Amino acid sequence: MPLLLSPSEILDTVRMFWLENLNIRATTLAMNIQKYARDDPDVTISLMETNMPPFIKRFIDEITQIEERFGVPIVNKRLAITPIAQLLGPMVEDLEINEGISVAFKIASSLDRIAKESGVDYVGGYSTFVHRGFTKADTILIESLPEVMSKTDTVCGFVNVATTNAGINFDAIAKMGEIVLKVAQETPNGIGCAKFTVFANAMEDTPFMPGAFASPGGPDATVVIGISGPGVLKAAIQEIGEEADIGKLADEIKAATFKVTRVGELIGRQIAKALGIEFGAVDISLAPDPNGGSVAEIIQAMGLEECGAHGSIAALAILADALKKGGAMASSYVGGLSGVFIPVMEDAGMCEAAKRGAIDITTLHAMSSVCALGIDMVLIPGDTSKETISAIIADQIAIAIANDKPAGVRIIPVPKSFGGEMIEFGGLMGKAPVLNTKPYRSDILIKRGGRTPAPFHSLRG
Amino acid sequence: MSTTLNNDTSEEIDKVVITVIGGDRTGIVAGVSQVLAECEVNIEDMSSTILHYKNRNLFSMILLGDMSNSTVPLKALKERLKEKGEELGVHIFTLHEEVFNFMNRV
Repeated sequence: MPLLLSPSEILDTVRMFWLENLNIRATTLAMNIQKYARDDPDVTISLMETNMPPFIKRFIDEITQIEERFGVPIVNKRLAITPIAQLLGPMVEDLEINEGISVAFKIASSLDRIAKESGVDYVGGYSTFVHRGFTKADTILIESLPEVMSKTDTVCGFVNVATTNAGINFDAIAKMGEIVLKVAQETPNGIGCAKFTVFANAMEDTPFMPGAFASPGGPDATVVIGISGPGVLKAAIQEIGEEADIGKLADEIKAATFKVTRVGELIGRQIAKALGIEFGAVDISLAPDPNGGSVAEIIQAMGLEECGAHGSIAALAILADALKKGGAMASSYVGGLSGVFIPVMEDAGMCEAAKRGAIDITTLHAMSSVCALGIDMVLIPGDTSKETISAIIADQIAIAIANDKPAGVRIIPVPKSFGGEMIEFGGLMGKAPVLNTKPYRSDILIKRGGRTPAPFHSLRG
Repeated sequence: MSTTLNNDTSEEIDKVVITVIGGDRTGIVAGVSQVLAECEVNIEDMSSTILHYKNRNLFSMILLGDMSNSTVPLKALKERLKEKGEELGVHIFTLHEEVFNFMNRV
């Protein structure tokens, strides 16, 4: 039987993998582990450590085989679990807060062992939802974060502080400023904060860390896929040149995203079938590639001297919209965040733009209104007050809630650092600049506490 | 070219698309088919064309191979073809046919 496709289609596809670094960014096994929860943490740990690794190892084996069979590179293999606060409830009910923190840390250490033994890069779900208020287990999980983020290697988590339906929990926002500072102080250059995010409208089916978790409404296990093609999109935009109008530009982005998403759909379905579990979704989020694929450079390629120049928010909005349209056409199950990621520290172009002063915290906040995450992997001075950190978080969460969209904030107050300083993290993380915060105080607003009324979604002036 | 579509991944027929890209020179077809013959991969289709990339014209050859009777898995075939490519001074890229079909058709 002859080839079904034309040579130009074949060569376009080859070019994406060969020259533009197309790959499957993340395959994440989401496991609902509620069934292992018992009153006794030791029994819970024993059940988790006996039952989870064999299945996770099978997942890793199947991925390796599928990667070899299809020739498509799969970069990260991850695990997402039920938000741990849901399991902690019965274990900590009769304990003092400090005793509860020890129990929470034991569970986190167990998850760290499971991840390492099974061969996944990260485990996400050391998380909780507190948008309407705190249970004892929530408080304990939150208070345990500095120890867990500094003493475990693979455990990631988030705290969901707001939803469109509930509004914003300002007590939680205030607490997050304090926790972020503590995590930063207990890890070298504050890097522990990279494994933790403050969320609004946390989305199921996210394969990306630290936002991934297994939905309480899900079956025992599903697989979710994150795809990545910043190089493909940049090349597609460059190819059409500066003469193409905005409609044509959007069309090119849509067409390229379609192809990239199809790879995710194919591989996701193969993995799910091999494991005999449900295929969850493809998260079409566009994220920078550690090998140099930069989202900022895509925005620049659209016609800006620098990412952060006036027009960047328009460019980002066009990019995000075309991405969603191309992705939705390519897969029946698109989910997760499915937006654009612009992490300052991990994106070479964002990093350069921040160094030159084209991007500051206010620009990132503005950009967050049209992308998945705004303040993401942003370094700030070590002497920033907890109230100011809370206020930076509050700004982004408020934008998300007003727009009925998800948002995550990953902010790293690098101890002893000052605005404009370059911090060397080493390895793939590289160097990144510390961004200045505003010198004005926000303390009274943050200390008010309470919960905002749910936003009004009519009369949208 | 046929427009028949096949998105049903339950069908486990392993076919590979082998793309050779580089300067045009003698011995490329012979070198690549020798590796495929040694691995008992049957060549079902073959064509050559010019690839335009960043204002450059590159020679390219596309082969469709049936791996039903292959003596090696795709990973090993890929490595052998890569070595042959280095010997011939061309890039050889091997991917499962299903990836191409899935990416270009709904």
